[in-house]
Amino acid sequence: MCGIVGLYLKKTSLEPELGRLFTPMLIEMSDRGPDSAGIAIYQDPVENEETIKLTLFHPDDNFDWDRLTELLNDELQLSATIDDVASHAVLICDGDPDLLTAAIEAYDPDLQIMSIGRVIEIYKEAGLPAAVAERFELAAMGGSHVIGHTRMATESAVTTAGSHPFSTGLDLCLVHNGSLSNHNWLRSELERRHGITCRTENDTEVAAAYLTAKLLEGRTLHQALDESILDLDGFYTFCVGTADGFAVLRDPIACKPAILAETEDWVAMASEYRALTSLPGVADACVWEPEPATVYSWGKEAA
Amino acid sequence: MSKSMSNVDVVDLAELELREVNARLQQHNGSEQGGHFRVINPNGAHAVACGLNAAVIVEIDGHTGYYAAGMNQAAEVTIKGNAGPGVAENMMSGTVRVTGDASQYAGASGHGGLLVIEGSASSRCGISMKGIDIVVKGNIGHMSAFMAQAGRLVVLGDVGADFGDSLYEARLFVRGSVKSLGADCIEKDMQDEHRDELAEILALAQVDANPADFKRYGSARKLYNFNIDNVGAY
Repeated sequence: MCGIVGLYLKKTSLEPELGRLFTPMLIEMSDRGPDSAGIAIYQDPVENEETIKLTLFHPDDNFDWDRLTELLNDELQLSATIDDVASHAVLICDGDPDLLTAAIEAYDPDLQIMSIGRVIEIYKEAGLPAAVAERFELAAMGGSHVIGHTRMATESAVTTAGSHPFSTGLDLCLVHNGSLSNHNWLRSELERRHGITCRTENDTEVAAAYLTAKLLEGRTLHQALDESILDLDGFYTFCVGTADGFAVLRDPIACKPAILAETEDWVAMASEYRALTSLPGVADACVWEPEPATVYSWGKEAA
Repeated sequence: MSKSMSNVDVVDLAELELREVNARLQQHNGSEQGGHFRVINPNGAHAVACGLNAAVIVEIDGHTGYYAAGMNQAAEVTIKGNAGPGVAENMMSGTVRVTGDASQYAGASGHGGLLVIEGSASSRCGISMKGIDIVVKGNIGHMSAFMAQAGRLVVLGDVGADFGDSLYEARLFVRGSVKSLGADCIEKDMQDEHRDELAEILALAQVDANPADFKRYGSARKLYNFNIDNVGAY
């Protein structure tokens, strides 16, 4: 099963409301995925071209984030800042993503990098979606778009690392309802041909890595998804976010559910219509079921 | 059958649990007594108005989730909105009408009755239908009428890929285009008797279309053990 939800705001004045509008959507999908929940939210883009932000996770809620930051600053001559919430923290600095990753992973093997980019932040945890939303104070977050996942685990363990969403490239994130059947082969191809390493055994991460590889080759998100229809084998509904893009794709058989709704103010997707009923103006929204093997995309990177 | 609005029992899904709502709609099950209900605030809830077994009228004001009006018998259910996957699944008799679109496998496994979809239906519409009549004013998706055994499927719009794959004796009428036919499904002659049959279904569904504009599809009868002498048994 699993539930997926996404909300993309077309009107910037709504941005402070993003978390408040999205929280009931995620919680409504609890029946489809009560094991764990996660979100990728696109908020507070860093200003400088060289600046990046990372979302980090440590299983110990009392982990000393300041000490990590001091050490990174010393070791890599940075002036990084950190802001933690529950088991996660957002690190912002001017630094090389690869050097940072190596330093962070060397510091403590329990530390995990959830996302790297200029806009994206990922928060995910085992537990009921309502509890996860509360833990990270989702309702208080703002931003331009957000995608979320409620998980009913099938192929790997119920852990934070196994929770969705998965991010592999800068600011790219994907949530998925379904299963891929050629992910092992693709995982090794991506590593061999593109040098992209997946961090888990999860099939969804491979789909995210595939899109990263395509975007690095210069494809738009829309083109990358169009090509994925031929290369990814399995049952899936994807909801994908990039720094300024949002897209939805279902496989050609399309047995995994999906519904889209659009108004002048927002675009929303969910596994089921009931997750959209709390959105303002939904009664007059254009509501439709996405066609099989058809890419729907919004935002600058869409075309 | 219609009653004055004052006799309409309004049931609010924002106030009552789904089980309470369905129990209220099912209160006349097995009896001759009719009733007229209006369900408000369905908000995509699952299994609304399932298991009805009385000649009651149920109007649902809004979109429904999975399996609305499933296993319907005798009741006349109207969904004023879109229906989620599996609407009117396994219907025995009565009428289910969707004023918007329907999701996957609408009318699956139905034994009888009439399902009318005024918008479009998506994939697997009428899969394994066993005697139900389905009329869709818009388009339907791929793998529709898969292994359909009996009943009629009428589509005013276009049909997706693999239509009528492994078809048994259901009869299919399409006014628009068919992307591709599934295994053992073929186009057949449209004769007067078929036009009469189609006119009857269209009238029952209160859908305005000219039977002469439709093509007929059916089973080539090569994929299953079929003895024409037994045709009356189906």
